[in-house]
Amino acid sequence: MKETKYKVEVDSLTKYFGSLHVLDNISFQVRNGEFICVVGPTGCGKTTFLNLLTRIYQPTRGDLYIDGQSANPKKHNIAFVFQEPSSIPWMTVEKNLRFGMEIKKLPKAEIDGRVERIIKLLGLQDFRDSYPHQLSVSSEQRIIIGRAFAMNPDLLLMDEPYGQMDVKLRFYLEDEVIRLWQELGSTVVFITHNIEEAVYLAQRILIMSNKPTTIKEEVSVDLPRPRDVADPRFIEIRKHVTDQIKWW
Amino acid sequence: MGDIQESADRLGNAERVALDQGRKKKTTYFYMMLSITGLLAFLVLWQFAVMTNLVSSRFLSTPLEVINLFVVKLSDPFPDGEVLGINILSSLNVALAGFGLAIVIGIPLGLFMGWYRGFDAFMRPIFEIVRPIPPVSWIPLTIVWLGIGLQAKAFIVFFSAFVPCLINAYTGIRQTSQVLINVAKTCGASNFTIFYRIGIPSSFTMVFAGVRVALGNSWATLVAAEMLAASSGLGYMILMGRQFARPDIIILGIVVIGSIGVIFTFLLGRLENRLLGWKRL
Repeated sequence: MKETKYKVEVDSLTKYFGSLHVLDNISFQVRNGEFICVVGPTGCGKTTFLNLLTRIYQPTRGDLYIDGQSANPKKHNIAFVFQEPSSIPWMTVEKNLRFGMEIKKLPKAEIDGRVERIIKLLGLQDFRDSYPHQLSVSSEQRIIIGRAFAMNPDLLLMDEPYGQMDVKLRFYLEDEVIRLWQELGSTVVFITHNIEEAVYLAQRILIMSNKPTTIKEEVSVDLPRPRDVADPRFIEIRKHVTDQIKWW
Repeated sequence: MGDIQESADRLGNAERVALDQGRKKKTTYFYMMLSITGLLAFLVLWQFAVMTNLVSSRFLSTPLEVINLFVVKLSDPFPDGEVLGINILSSLNVALAGFGLAIVIGIPLGLFMGWYRGFDAFMRPIFEIVRPIPPVSWIPLTIVWLGIGLQAKAFIVFFSAFVPCLINAYTGIRQTSQVLINVAKTCGASNFTIFYRIGIPSSFTMVFAGVRVALGNSWATLVAAEMLAASSGLGYMILMGRQFARPDIIILGIVVIGSIGVIFTFLLGRLENRLLGWKRL
């Protein structure tokens, strides 16, 4: 147990696959209720990085601490929105939303309350008894995001959840994520390769380098919300982040 | 004004839906008629072939004779010694005992083997040896062990139904999506919780396919088992038909087995619909 003022602390996280050095000494901290975006060139090990945070892989060196304790999915509440659709096909929308909380064995009244709140926030009242394959891909992704927020996670990880969406839908869904985040006060780490998305969403952007991946720079984004993509300051930050990545 | 417009639209929509459903009903009806016509054509051809002596009536009886015999056999134990009802019950008893046991043992075993690698490594060699043995080849040993009663026959049926149940459950749970496993894992689920909340439901489609195959197998081996040693049952009736040179008895036995198979497939389909109906919504 370490004394800390941060919600999440990543301490010199390093990962080798055999002789392949994927992650090198990644350290950063996240305050409670912060929204962080991680951007980086394609193939820089973002997915490996996330899989380490969720404990699907074990790190070669270093560790992840939540509230000063080494993170453990059985003890801590870590929610993950995967890149690929991950709703459970044989459960209705409502049952999908309940799933994570049922695994956590929360009391039924608590689950009921949170599910109602999320359904209301997402405007899914008419679809609560539908199955995921009856909905569009974007609605399915919204359920998954709702499921993640419903867990009241200590840490909410999102891996390019809007990678497949068109621009118009993206803006709509990004606003929705911000609304959920502001309403529920979760701590979010959002991975994306879309720089505009990162600047639009984040309070702080972590820029990753090429392999072996480490954090190249931290950029603070203190623009007022709702943000305007045409705002000169917005464009300036976007340009700066783009220059730092330059994978083309 | 706006309201009138809206209700007119809604009426139009309801009419459109009704029209669409009517059309759908018509096609369903049409295909059902085609199926019935196919069946009738087959029976007429059969009747015709025997009546014109294309096939000697010593070897093949006509459908009408079979239907006639069906009615007679309901109350007449001649020539095999039991009325049809008893024969059916006796066969059902054996088939369901063997088939049920195969489901109860085969499916859980397959699921556990598919999920837990250690258990798989432990069980697999035995299973791989047992698997290719034709169920009928167990008959002599079964007679030595269990005699010729219900147990013996059910045991043979069990072997034929057990293998597809196990293999399909095994393959089905192996195909569980890794993403869904990861979802449960990040929620902090234990391996066993993931097994029964994600793994087992994922395997259902394959399990049902296996149960269908198992059902077919159990009827097939049932007849073989009864031909060896029995005093009643459909297989036994067929065997007696051969001994008395009565093709109508044989055909009746075959048709009854086929019909019971159809009924079972139908019931299984209903159950599958209930469990996997979400796929078709």
